[in-house]
Amino acid sequence: VSFLRRSKFEEGGMMEVSASNNVSLREFGCEQNLLSRPDGSASFVQGDTSVMAGVYGPAEVKVSKEIYDRATLEVLLQPKVGPAGVREQSQEQCVRETCEAALLLSLHPRSSLTLILQVLHDDGSLLSCCLNAACMALMDAGLSMSCLFCGVTCAIGADGDIIADPTAAQEKESRALMTFAIDSTERRVMMSSTKGSFSVQELQECVAVSQKASEKVFQFYRDSVRRRYSKNL
Amino acid sequence: MFSSLKEKIGEVLLPGDEFVFESEDTIFLTDNVKPERPVCGPGLRQSGNRLVVSKSGVLRHKPPHTFWMDSQQWRYVPAKAETVIGIVTSKSGDIFKVDVGGSEQASLSYLAFEGATKRNRPNVQVGDLVFAQFTVANKDMEPELVCIDGSGRANGMGVFGGGGLLLKVSLGLVRRLLAPQSDIRSDLEQLFPCELVVGMNGRIWVRASTIQQTLIISNLLQSCDTLTAPQRREQFRKLQKGGL
Repeated sequence: VSFLRRSKFEEGGMMEVSASNNVSLREFGCEQNLLSRPDGSASFVQGDTSVMAGVYGPAEVKVSKEIYDRATLEVLLQPKVGPAGVREQSQEQCVRETCEAALLLSLHPRSSLTLILQVLHDDGSLLSCCLNAACMALMDAGLSMSCLFCGVTCAIGADGDIIADPTAAQEKESRALMTFAIDSTERRVMMSSTKGSFSVQELQECVAVSQKASEKVFQFYRDSVRRRYSKNL
Repeated sequence: MFSSLKEKIGEVLLPGDEFVFESEDTIFLTDNVKPERPVCGPGLRQSGNRLVVSKSGVLRHKPPHTFWMDSQQWRYVPAKAETVIGIVTSKSGDIFKVDVGGSEQASLSYLAFEGATKRNRPNVQVGDLVFAQFTVANKDMEPELVCIDGSGRANGMGVFGGGGLLLKVSLGLVRRLLAPQSDIRSDLEQLFPCELVVGMNGRIWVRASTIQQTLIISNLLQSCDTLTAPQRREQFRKLQKGGL
């Protein structure tokens, strides 16, 4: 069962990670401003999983969709093969809720923001790769954000060990799969999407592992943006 | 006072980065010392004594206490008193609707031209280019443009003549072109004479004496977005030697 809920881990930022969990992530790759038509674009690669994101906005919005005091955010996720289905719609909703929490939408009332995600290759951790590509594209478009966010996926194997950033093969053999969106200011969980069966203890451990992994991702964001602006200086 | 901010000037910062100001420890009743407040430009938001970065970019500073984020962007958001190049899309009654590249079309009254009266209407057709400035531009209201300044003179604004080419470039390039000491502009001046109108919404209008020269300048300006300064000077040098 895959469901969506707000995180309840409000007390304190970081949780303890037990020594047996080593947080090893696959190699990251990222490029910004690679498409000429959208206002912001980015591509994010985690191992073999690759997603490209394009952002348009703030642009004109249809009167039926306009919101009087904030921007209307629309997310479209295109899979690699075939048309988008219900699974893509639920992933779009996860990404949209995260973006709405991080963006300052009240700066652009009665405007539309469109985020289009194209899956180039899926080798596990797809939702977290989509979240990372979305964050980099929103930064590239110059939209005002209150904080950055990143996605981290954890899989719980049959023997109970936690794997961060699993590949497709590891996801298939896992007993539970969880994706968390973590914010950059206080390392809190903004969105969680879980599948499978697990105990409360395991959930808390996965959150701790994700928070630790998010630091590497945010450092990678900083290095990528620094590299991009060093060219123009 | 803003030591934590000042040491980050020229560095790349990301949204969510925060700076806290230390308040004065002792207040002298005899001095007229007002605590200095920082002036936040685009990309920075202030709440109480905290300054939060909201756009990624390079932190810039203008003494005494103005700070802003210099970021790269393509989409324009209207701001008051900025001059832009707009395209007239429709004429309804007494106002023109102008596309400025933002989320909404701006309105331009036919009386907002130099020497325009109810009997003497300006010669503006649908599809014309206009160079105007914003009198009303905020997030809640429809933007309004005028082609006159405060004293009623055109001051370079108004409808464009024929010929020339309109290009779309990034907002960062436009700001670099309009800066007081602009390298790109001084390099362009040495190439060949041309007419250049730069709108802050990322639109540039170019006209040179021949169509070929116009195309050369427009290609150069569009490539300036992606070239570094040495690469750009190399391009200009090649063109000057080539003598096209």
